[in-house]
Amino acid sequence: MRVDGYGRIDRGREIRFSFDGKGFRGHPGDTLASALLANGVTLMGRSFKYHRPRGPLTAGPEEPNALVEIGTGASRTPNTRATVQEIHEGLVATSQNRLGPLDMDLMAVNDLLHPFLGAGFYYKTFMWPRAFWEKLYEPVIRRAAGLGRLSGEHDTGRYEKAFAFCDLLVIGAGPAGLMAALTAARGGLDVILADETAEPGGRLLSESEKIDGAPASDWVAATLVELRDAGVRIMPRTTVTGAYDGGVYGALERVGLHLPEAPDMPRECFWRITAQRAILAAGALERPIAFPMNDRPGIMMASAVRTYLHRYGVAPGQKVALFATNDDAHRTATDLIAAGIDVAAVVDPREDVTTAGEYRLIRGEIVDTAGRRALREITVRANGGETRIEADCLAVSGGWNPNVHLTCHLGARPVWNDRLEAFLPAKGAVPGLIPAGAAAGQYTTAACLSSGRDAAIDALSQLGRKAPKLAIPVADDRAGTSRALWQVTGHGRAWLDFANDVTTKDVKLAAAENYASVEHMKRYTTQGMAPDQGKNSNISALAVLADATGRTIAETGTTTYRPPFTPVSLGAIGAGARGKGFAPERLTTSHDASLDRGAPIVATGLWYRPSYFPRSGETTWREACDREVGMVRTCVGVADVSTLGKIDIQGKDAAAFLDFVYTNTFSTLKPGRVRYGLMLREDGHVMDDGTTACLAENHYLMTTTTAAAGQVMAHLDFVSQCLRPDLDVRFISVTEQWAQFAVAGPQAAALIGTVLDDAPELPFMGCAAVSVMGVPGRLFRISFSGEEGYEIAVPARYGAGLFRDLVGRAETMGGGAYGMEALNVLRIEKGFITHAEIDGRVTAGDLGMGKMVSAKKDCIGKTASERPGLADPARPALVGLRPANGNDPIPAGAHLYDEGDAPTRVNKKGHVTSTCYSATLKTHMALAFLVNGHDRLGERVRVKDHLRGADLICEITDPVVFDPDGGRMRG
Amino acid sequence: MADLIATTPFAGLLPLTRGETTATEIVFDAITSVAPYSGREKAVSKALAARTGAAFPEPNRTTGKADARAVWSGIGQAFVLGPRLEPIDGAAMTDQTDAWACLALEGPAARDVLARLTPLDLRPEVFEIGHAARTLLGHMACVLMRTDADRYGLMVFRSMASTCAHEIDTAMEGIAARARLG
Amino acid sequence: MRVPCPLCGDRDLREFTPRGAAVLLDRPAPDADAATWNDYIHLRDNPAGASEELWYHGGGCGAWIVVSRDTVTHAISATKLAAEARDAG
Repeated sequence: MRVDGYGRIDRGREIRFSFDGKGFRGHPGDTLASALLANGVTLMGRSFKYHRPRGPLTAGPEEPNALVEIGTGASRTPNTRATVQEIHEGLVATSQNRLGPLDMDLMAVNDLLHPFLGAGFYYKTFMWPRAFWEKLYEPVIRRAAGLGRLSGEHDTGRYEKAFAFCDLLVIGAGPAGLMAALTAARGGLDVILADETAEPGGRLLSESEKIDGAPASDWVAATLVELRDAGVRIMPRTTVTGAYDGGVYGALERVGLHLPEAPDMPRECFWRITAQRAILAAGALERPIAFPMNDRPGIMMASAVRTYLHRYGVAPGQKVALFATNDDAHRTATDLIAAGIDVAAVVDPREDVTTAGEYRLIRGEIVDTAGRRALREITVRANGGETRIEADCLAVSGGWNPNVHLTCHLGARPVWNDRLEAFLPAKGAVPGLIPAGAAAGQYTTAACLSSGRDAAIDALSQLGRKAPKLAIPVADDRAGTSRALWQVTGHGRAWLDFANDVTTKDVKLAAAENYASVEHMKRYTTQGMAPDQGKNSNISALAVLADATGRTIAETGTTTYRPPFTPVSLGAIGAGARGKGFAPERLTTSHDASLDRGAPIVATGLWYRPSYFPRSGETTWREACDREVGMVRTCVGVADVSTLGKIDIQGKDAAAFLDFVYTNTFSTLKPGRVRYGLMLREDGHVMDDGTTACLAENHYLMTTTTAAAGQVMAHLDFVSQCLRPDLDVRFISVTEQWAQFAVAGPQAAALIGTVLDDAPELPFMGCAAVSVMGVPGRLFRISFSGEEGYEIAVPARYGAGLFRDLVGRAETMGGGAYGMEALNVLRIEKGFITHAEIDGRVTAGDLGMGKMVSAKKDCIGKTASERPGLADPARPALVGLRPANGNDPIPAGAHLYDEGDAPTRVNKKGHVTSTCYSATLKTHMALAFLVNGHDRLGERVRVKDHLRGADLICEITDPVVFDPDGGRMRG
Repeated sequence: MADLIATTPFAGLLPLTRGETTATEIVFDAITSVAPYSGREKAVSKALAARTGAAFPEPNRTTGKADARAVWSGIGQAFVLGPRLEPIDGAAMTDQTDAWACLALEGPAARDVLARLTPLDLRPEVFEIGHAARTLLGHMACVLMRTDADRYGLMVFRSMASTCAHEIDTAMEGIAARARLG
Repeated sequence: MRVPCPLCGDRDLREFTPRGAAVLLDRPAPDADAATWNDYIHLRDNPAGASEELWYHGGGCGAWIVVSRDTVTHAISATKLAAEARDAG
C-alpha cells in the first residue's frame, strides 16, 4: 500500500502495466516490485526446486526471489529482477517457474517431497537404469527445476557497446561515492560516476537521515548539480560488473529497458571503462538470517522495507515485525511508526539490546512462520517459551556484508574482520581500486562521507594532484552495535540461498558427506549458483559450513568472486557483432557486376567473391563451372583477382630482403620480370607462395595468396623490425589500391589488346606499366590457369568500369567471366597449390619444390627445412589422383590407404586436399598428399571417406595433369 | 575507345545524417604514402614541408591543412592527403589514392558515435585537434584524425566501405535515439 | 587491458597480437648447431613472473614491440620497439 507523503515517485502521473495478464497502475520512479507491492501483490515468483511461493526479499540487484519474464515475443527476457526493472507504459511482466497460475503452481508438490530433494538428490537418485536418464529423468528434471524461459527467437533488440575513459571511476553514488566524486571533481579530476539505480543517492534516498541539518535528499540533489556543472559524467542505471587488468572496468548500462521498446533505442550498452583510478563505493548488502521457514512472501530485508517506504512510498505490510541483530536495523521500526504503520514487534536476540522507540521489543529469536502464500504470523522463542505474533511483513537484518566483489576479480580474497564480523576488501586487491564507505566496512553515513573524501584524496595524490579544501557535511555517526546471527535452530527448513532452495540442512549434509571445502559445498548444494550468485547467502552459508566443520569463518574462506557482479545479457556482451557487425565484409570493385550477372557469392576469408556466373539454361553450378573452364581453355575468361595480397617493396636493400624471406633468389630478378616465390616459416614449413614482380630497380611488387595476405604482412614487419633492421627497405600494402583482373585463354592477348592504349610484347613472366584506356595501369603476364594469361591492374576507382568492359568484350569473343569454382578447377588441372595444400604442415619438398630452397643463401626457415624429419623422402608428397574405375567424385578430406590394407587410422598413407571435375579431361581428379608419393606415380591407392561413405580406387598421377610442359601458358 | 568510369568508395553509401551527426565522403586528389629511408627522416620532412606546407608528422599527429595534410599512418610512415606528389629523394612512396575510403564525421555527438566503434581515448583534451591514430573501427583497421573540435577524419580499406558505412550508421542511430532519454 | 605502445601510447589490448617470448629476436646463425636452432624455434620457458614478450601492434601502427610483463599480475612494466630492444642487446 502507498504511504502518503513518502517516496520519490511522481504521483502526478500514472503508468499502466501488467503482471500475469492482470492490469496494474504505478508511477514514474517505481520498480516492478515496488509497484506490485503498492498494489498489494507480494507473491511474485516460485522457488527453483520446491516451487515455494516467494515475494521480493530485497529492493535491489541482489534479489533472489522476484525474478520475472519481461516482454513478449523475441524480446522476452527471463530472470529479470522485479526489484531492478522500472515500470513503463505497457510493460508486460510474467511470473516464471510455475505450472498453472502462480498462486496454484502444480509443481508445488515438490515442496511436499522436500525430504527427498535435498543436496545431492540427483546424484543419488537418478543413477539407473541408465537409459532412463536422457528420455525420462532429464526432461522431467528440466521441466521441474528451472527459472525463466528463453523466447527461442532471435533477439532483434538493439544493443550497444562503448568505450569510455576517465581519471577516476566512482562505482556507486551513495554517500561515499557522491563525496568521492565531489572531492575528485573539485580536485580537477575527470570523473565518471556510475550508479546502478535510476536515481543516484544510494541509501541516502532510502533512509530518513539528515545531512547538514536538512533532509539527506537535499544534499544529494545539490551535490548532483555541482557534479554536473563540474563536468562529471554521471551514468545512472549503470552497474559496474567487473574489474579487469590495467584499470579496465566492465559496466552494463540499462539504456532503454525502462521505456517502451523502440527499434532504434539500445536496450542495453556494455561499457569498457578505462580509469586511472577507481573508487569502489558499492555499499553493502544486508545479511539475512537463516531461521525456520524464513522464505514466505512478506519476509524481506529490513533495509528493503525502508527503501520501499522512503524511495517508493510503499508499506510492504500493514503489520510489520522486525527480526534484527543490530541497532541500525531498529530504525526500520521507528521509520514505520513515523509513517503510521503498525509495528507488531521487534525481535532481537541480543540480551543487552534496548528499544530505540515506542515498539514492543522481544529479546529472542524467530523459530517459525506461517502463511501459505503470504506471511500471516511469526513464532518467537524468548525466555524459554514461544509466542505467536500476527504479522504480514517481517523485516530481517543480520548485519551487513560489504560489497567486496570487484576487489576479488583479479584473484584476491577478501579478509575476515572479527570486529565487524564481515569480509573486507584485501589491501591492494585490484591495482588502482580504492574501496570506500560501506564496501570498506564504514557503516555510518558520517563515516561513509569521510571515507569517500579520503579515498578521493588518495586517488588525487596518487595521480599527482592536490587535495581540495572540502568540509565533510554533518551526518549521522551513531554506529551502534551488532552481533552476527547466522542461523536459528528449530523445526522446519531454514533457507540460505532462496534462489536455489539451499537450506542450512543441505550445507550440514554436505559437511557430513565430507564436502567440507567451501568450493565443494557450493557445488554439492548449488549454493550461490543461481542468477543472484549468492549475493545474499554465500557468507551465511560458509558460516554454517564453518560451524558444521568446527572451523572459523576465516579458516573456511569464501568461494571465488568472478565477474560479472550482476547478470549481463549476451546481447550486450556481443553488441555490434551480430549480422554485418560480426566481421567486415570486403567487397571487390566488381561485386555489383557479379551480382548483376546472377553470380552466387561465397565468402573467402573476409572477401566476398563470385562462385560462378550462371547463364540461361544452366541448372546446376557444375554446368556453369564446366562452361567457364572450357571458355578459358578454348577462348578467354576474365576473373577478379584483386583479393590477392599486394605489397609494394622499395629500398636499396629490397632485393636482399626478398632473398631473406623467400626460399629462392630474387636479387637476380630484372626489372620487367616476374618470379614465383615460396616463403617458409622459421620452422621450415611453407607459409605462403606467390609471384613477385620487379617494377624497377629496388622496387618490387609482391603478391600473396588471398588467405595469407594479413599473415604475410605481419611476417614482413616481423622480419624487417625484429630480425633484419639492418636492411634499408620500406613496404606497404597496395592490395586495396589496385583492382586486378586475370584474363586467361588462347584469346587473352587479343582481349587485352583491345583495352590497352599501347600493348607491350610481354614474355611469359614479364610485366610492364601500361595505359588502360588512358588510365595508368600495370600488366603482368602470369598464369594461374595454365593458359596464356595476363593480370591487368588499374587504380581501384576504375575497377568496376574495367571489369564490365573486359567481360563485355570477352563475351563478344565467345568467352566471359569465370568464378571461384572454375578458377579452382583450372588450377587443380595444373597442379597449382593453394592453402588447401599449404595447410601449415607441408614443406617445400612435400610440394615437389625442394629445389626452390636455394643452397646459396640463408632464408627464413632454411635451417629447419634441412632437419632430417622435414627432409625425409618418405614424407607425404603432393600427387594427383584420378578414379581408376568409373568416374566417381573424389571427396576432399578423404583418407588414402594401400590396397589390401584395412582402412583404419594406423594404415593411413595420406589425404585428399583439393578435388574437382575436370571439364577439360572429362574426369574427376584431385590433389593429395601421399607417403612416398613421388615414387608411386602410376600405382593405385584406396580413397576412403569415412564421413560420407565414399570408397574408391584411384590412380596416382603427377600433380600436373594438364599441359605438363607448360607450352600453353608460355605461348 | 570509351573512357573508364571512375567510382568513389562510398558511392551510394554516404552522406548520412542521424540527429546532429553527419557522415560525408571525402575524395582526395591523391593519397601518397611516404616512408623515409634510414637517416633520411629530416631531409624528407623538409622536402615535404617545402612542397606541401606539411612537414613529416610525429607519431599520432597530423600536419598541414585541409588542402594538403600529412597524417602519421604507422611506424616510419605518413600519408599525404590532397596534392599529387612527385618522388622525394630519400623516401619510399606509393600511390594510395584508391586504397582508402575516407569520410568526415561531424557534429557535437560525433565523439559519442566513435566511442561505440573505437577503443581509443577520445576525450577532447586527450585526442586534440591535429591528433591522429592508427586504430580499429569495429573490426576494421583505420586511420583516425581529429581535424576540428567536432570533426573527425576516418580512413578505412576501400573494400570495407560498405561495412564501415553500416557500422557508423548503426552507431549514429543509437546515439540519435539516446537524445530522447534527456 | 591496456598496452603501452612506444609509439602510440596506451592502447586497447584488441589492437595487439602476442607472438611469444622475445628470444625470437636472437636468431641463430644459419650454421649454428641443431640444438641451438631447436631451442630457438621450439623451446620456451614458462615463467611465473617477469617475462619479455614480442607483441605486434597490427591493429595500430604495425610496430613489433617487446613487452616486459609479469605473467602472474599481468602488469606491464615497460615496452620497447623491437628494433631498439635488439640494439640495446
